[in-house]
Amino acid sequence: MSPTTAAWLALACPLAGTIVNALGFRTLKGRLPGVVGTAALAAAFVFAVIAFVQLQGNGEEHRQLVSSLYDYAVVGTIDAKLSILVDPLSVLMMLVVTGVSTLIHVYSFGYMSGDRGYTRFFAYLNFFVFSMLLLVLAANFFLLIVGWAFVGAASYLLISFWYRRTTATSAGIKAFVINVVGDIGLTLGTFFILKHSGTLDFLGTFAQAKEIGATAHGDLTAGLILLLVGAFAKSAQIPFHTWLPDAMEGPTPVSALIHAATMVTAGVYLIARMHPLFEQSVAAADVGTIIGAVTLVVAATIGLVVTDLKRVIAYSTMSQIGYMIMAVSGGAYVAGLFHLMTHAFFKALLFMAAGSLISAMGGDQSLDRMRGFRKAMPFTFACFVIGGLALSGVPPFSGFFSKDEILLVMGERGGWHWVLYVAGYLAALMTAVYTWRMIFRAFWGEPVEQARELEHGHLWHAPQPTNPANGEVEDTDVGFPGPEHHVAEQSGPMKIAMGTLAILATVGGVVLIPKVTTWLDTFLEPTFKDSTLTPTIQGSDSLLVIGLIVGTVLGVLGIAIAYRIWGMTNGEIAVAARERVPALHRLFVNKWYFDELIGWLVVKPLGWFGRFGQQTFERVFVNGTLVGGTSGVVRAGSAAVRALQSGFLRAYAALLLVGAGVVILYFLLQS
Amino acid sequence: MNIGWYLAVSALVFCTGAAGVLTRRSPLVILLCLELMLNAANLALIAFSRMWGNGDGQIFAIIVMVVAACEVCIGLGLVVAIFRRRLPIDVDEMRELHG
Repeated sequence: MSPTTAAWLALACPLAGTIVNALGFRTLKGRLPGVVGTAALAAAFVFAVIAFVQLQGNGEEHRQLVSSLYDYAVVGTIDAKLSILVDPLSVLMMLVVTGVSTLIHVYSFGYMSGDRGYTRFFAYLNFFVFSMLLLVLAANFFLLIVGWAFVGAASYLLISFWYRRTTATSAGIKAFVINVVGDIGLTLGTFFILKHSGTLDFLGTFAQAKEIGATAHGDLTAGLILLLVGAFAKSAQIPFHTWLPDAMEGPTPVSALIHAATMVTAGVYLIARMHPLFEQSVAAADVGTIIGAVTLVVAATIGLVVTDLKRVIAYSTMSQIGYMIMAVSGGAYVAGLFHLMTHAFFKALLFMAAGSLISAMGGDQSLDRMRGFRKAMPFTFACFVIGGLALSGVPPFSGFFSKDEILLVMGERGGWHWVLYVAGYLAALMTAVYTWRMIFRAFWGEPVEQARELEHGHLWHAPQPTNPANGEVEDTDVGFPGPEHHVAEQSGPMKIAMGTLAILATVGGVVLIPKVTTWLDTFLEPTFKDSTLTPTIQGSDSLLVIGLIVGTVLGVLGIAIAYRIWGMTNGEIAVAARERVPALHRLFVNKWYFDELIGWLVVKPLGWFGRFGQQTFERVFVNGTLVGGTSGVVRAGSAAVRALQSGFLRAYAALLLVGAGVVILYFLLQS
Repeated sequence: MNIGWYLAVSALVFCTGAAGVLTRRSPLVILLCLELMLNAANLALIAFSRMWGNGDGQIFAIIVMVVAACEVCIGLGLVVAIFRRRLPIDVDEMRELHG
């Protein structure tokens, strides 16, 4: 089987899963939809592995394969083909997406079993993965935009999965609207690039990258910044990030899928894929690195104060994606993708462990109400600790290597990139603090009622269905963990998924240990071989050693700080600190006022404009002048004609005569 | 003979007919006056035909007569129908179709 055939089949599997689950929702009973969905993904993963193995079998020069299924439209030189590009980058993404998604499906298999929308959930989940695969496999801008928009639609469906909850539907709408803004950016950016390259094909465009950079530098920069808008919206970077924490309204496996394997990594992939163009426009690349670094720090500060368990992890994702965006925009392609991969492992693990906690809490997500789960949930605790260690960058866990690799390249680039280097380490410290704040608050201390119940083998159930986001009593059981719900801790499939990810999060770093292994580097070599930036970045051993030491120290220091504040005491130090700098705390708790800023800058003016249109413009101009005016003219004209129609036969005859006389007179005068 | 005389007679007859159509109120008289107008036109047609020395005008005159006969058939039919229903035979009274 050729690599492209395998890739097509990998694409077909989740699509088939979607169709079977969507059409068979009446006939598929019990756990069958889950089996179908998971099997489809597992098959896709197998095909991804086949594609990987087959591609490795090809020679170094033959690792960029394009396969076209059919021509969608050919207009002039523009070739909108349904074609995929199989190269190391897309194969890596395929492996990560299908691999992590399969484990998330396995987890969902148990986690969602008490939910009424079980079939619908798996149909959506399969569709999400299909869209993401389409995005990463696309060989031209045309298919990329299709996949891009599909991912946005799928995220909307899944975030507002519990459609009877107002908070969930409004979060879904928010995510969708911001993603559409990104889609517009991506499409417009494509137009800019298409204007000068004359082709939609990636490889064809990249071949001309140098000429475009030389002849149309302004247009290229504008186009790339528009592409960045698309990437920022999907990857939740400032100022398009506000949807991501709200997206936590969806079921926990969805959060894991959005954060770990699909959706948010799309922006990173896009920039990495477009690297020949970004290297031609330093300005656009700098925008990417700076926004990435800003998001990195801002999200980490918010993560320090948020009290919703899932939202802490959400801000952590934003922050980690900031690392990746900074890396791929700043020339550290392999490091960025390496971090993408390890992040997928440990973030999915953290979400699964969080899901386990949340189900033990009967749907409650607030850290303020969780304490002392260490004894009640040893397995979840272990997973959370492994994920936390990887996230805070403690050696030898995977996150350590990938994060330091990024910062190493930033440091080596020198100049103003040093600011990013320092910011990266600052955020690394904060990452360790907020991650372990979460762990200490949830697992240490006096166990709460729910934890004590669980220690005795009982599962706690909330007395009545409530919305965990705002505490509203709900009249339905949508999203409410019913009596048959499980804790991941006690369910086989979920335990397998978490265990696998825990192993991957621990050892995932081996693919690229500085000075030891260069597997990922050599694997991705064919994609980035034409990069002009990478060879100029010289690795220096002293910086490497400094980075490794600083990274370790900061990670351990962050854990120590978190332990001092939340592990030893009950967070009294944090309360005291909050009272000392109330303004700073308010800034962080209110998420740097981004929602308010966007509301004030965009939503309010648009709302005002809409009201003006509806109440003033439409009423006065459209209804008054246009519609009223036209009908008025017709009415006046018809009134005049109606007066002539008297019904007097002889008056008609007279008019006829006069008319004939006028005509004859005209002809007589003419001749 | 000068064609002017024929045309003068034709105009005289036409104006008589037109004046009748405009002033009389009985549909029967209006139909008669219409015939006068058509015959005036026929006279002019035949005069022109004679002047140019070809028969086209005469053919047209015959066609006009046929059309006039058809018209009168319908007109008389309507008038008789109205008369049968004892409605007033006055064109000014029959104006239900006005706008």
